[in-house]
Amino acid sequence: MNVSHEPASNLDRRAVVTQLLAGRGDSLLITGLGSTTWDAAAVGDDVANFYVWGGMGGAAMIGLGLALAQPGRRVIVITGDGEMLMGLGAMATIAVQRPKNLAVVVIDNEVYGETGMQYTHTRFGVDLAGMAASAGFESARTVYTQSDLDTLSAAIYETPGPLFADVKVSTERHETVLPPRDGTYLKHRFRTALLGHPEKGALAGRES
Amino acid sequence: MTTNTTNSDSSQWPEAIFEVLCNAGVTQVAYVPDAGHARLIALCIDNDAMHSVALTSEEEGVALLCGAWLGGARGVLLMQSSGVGNCINMLSVVQECRFPLLTIVTMRGEWGEFNPWQVPMGQGVSQALENAGVIVQHVDDAGDLAETVAAASELAFNAFRAVAVSVSQRILGSKEWK
Repeated sequence: MNVSHEPASNLDRRAVVTQLLAGRGDSLLITGLGSTTWDAAAVGDDVANFYVWGGMGGAAMIGLGLALAQPGRRVIVITGDGEMLMGLGAMATIAVQRPKNLAVVVIDNEVYGETGMQYTHTRFGVDLAGMAASAGFESARTVYTQSDLDTLSAAIYETPGPLFADVKVSTERHETVLPPRDGTYLKHRFRTALLGHPEKGALAGRES
Repeated sequence: MTTNTTNSDSSQWPEAIFEVLCNAGVTQVAYVPDAGHARLIALCIDNDAMHSVALTSEEEGVALLCGAWLGGARGVLLMQSSGVGNCINMLSVVQECRFPLLTIVTMRGEWGEFNPWQVPMGQGVSQALENAGVIVQHVDDAGDLAETVAAASELAFNAFRAVAVSVSQRILGSKEWK
């Protein structure tokens, strides 16, 4: 297949994630494995962040489960193009559920950054935002410019979801900033921050 | 078609499991449709207190229920034995984070199977799940199902474990090919 050698965008991934999270307030963040987790950690570790260090393809669905459980909170999923491509069915499943409080943002550098910068399908023209729109997301867009990004930065917290955004970024790589990686710790930390106790919901059965 | 239940009471096992799920506070029901789960799925869809989440593939349900627990909600994954293989890598998230997971697996390729293509995955269900860190509790008698799901629910949500209840094809009945 023909491949363009021009970058789709000059946006810098870390600047993008920094800007997107600047207005997060009390929203809850799920990141996909690899670079988007390093990006979120570089912005600043937060107890309301749950980093998915594995389970490739699962970030958006973890976001859906969280969004359905916490309809009063905004849930933001920030993941990579490779991670999203591995779980494309989630687009259909999320679109059917129509969670108003869920935004899925793909930081799309069109390569697998952790494995040697091999091209992903988006480099060949696969249109993730088009797929999300076709699936039935309430809002779906591709972001190429700073102006687009400025609009998105507000939309992910204000526009009724489900919202999908594919943010085209350059292939520039950054320092790997590692957040905590023990899964049980991350789970307990997140639930303590959100629910008040890591074991909230155990033993008690149905709670109000 | 699904017949061959042992008596009229135990033929109500979908209703009995539904009651167990309600009592356990399950609010997210993820499923890939299966004939054996059809009545239970219909009951869940009709219940306004439950989010019924149709999946395109079973691993989505594993991830969904991780997110549900992060948010303080309990869920269940309903799937056929063929779906177990789709879940394997996502179960690593469950094991690493020690998320509770309750799943009810209706078996194919196990008892009186007609379709040879169902046999490889069906025969591998217990080993595949156990290798992925999931406790498997197999049920051969419809009368034991509700009690087993209730116990599995406690093991999952109270003891923070991944638990699968596998429902014998003997209960579900062999698919009739006419």
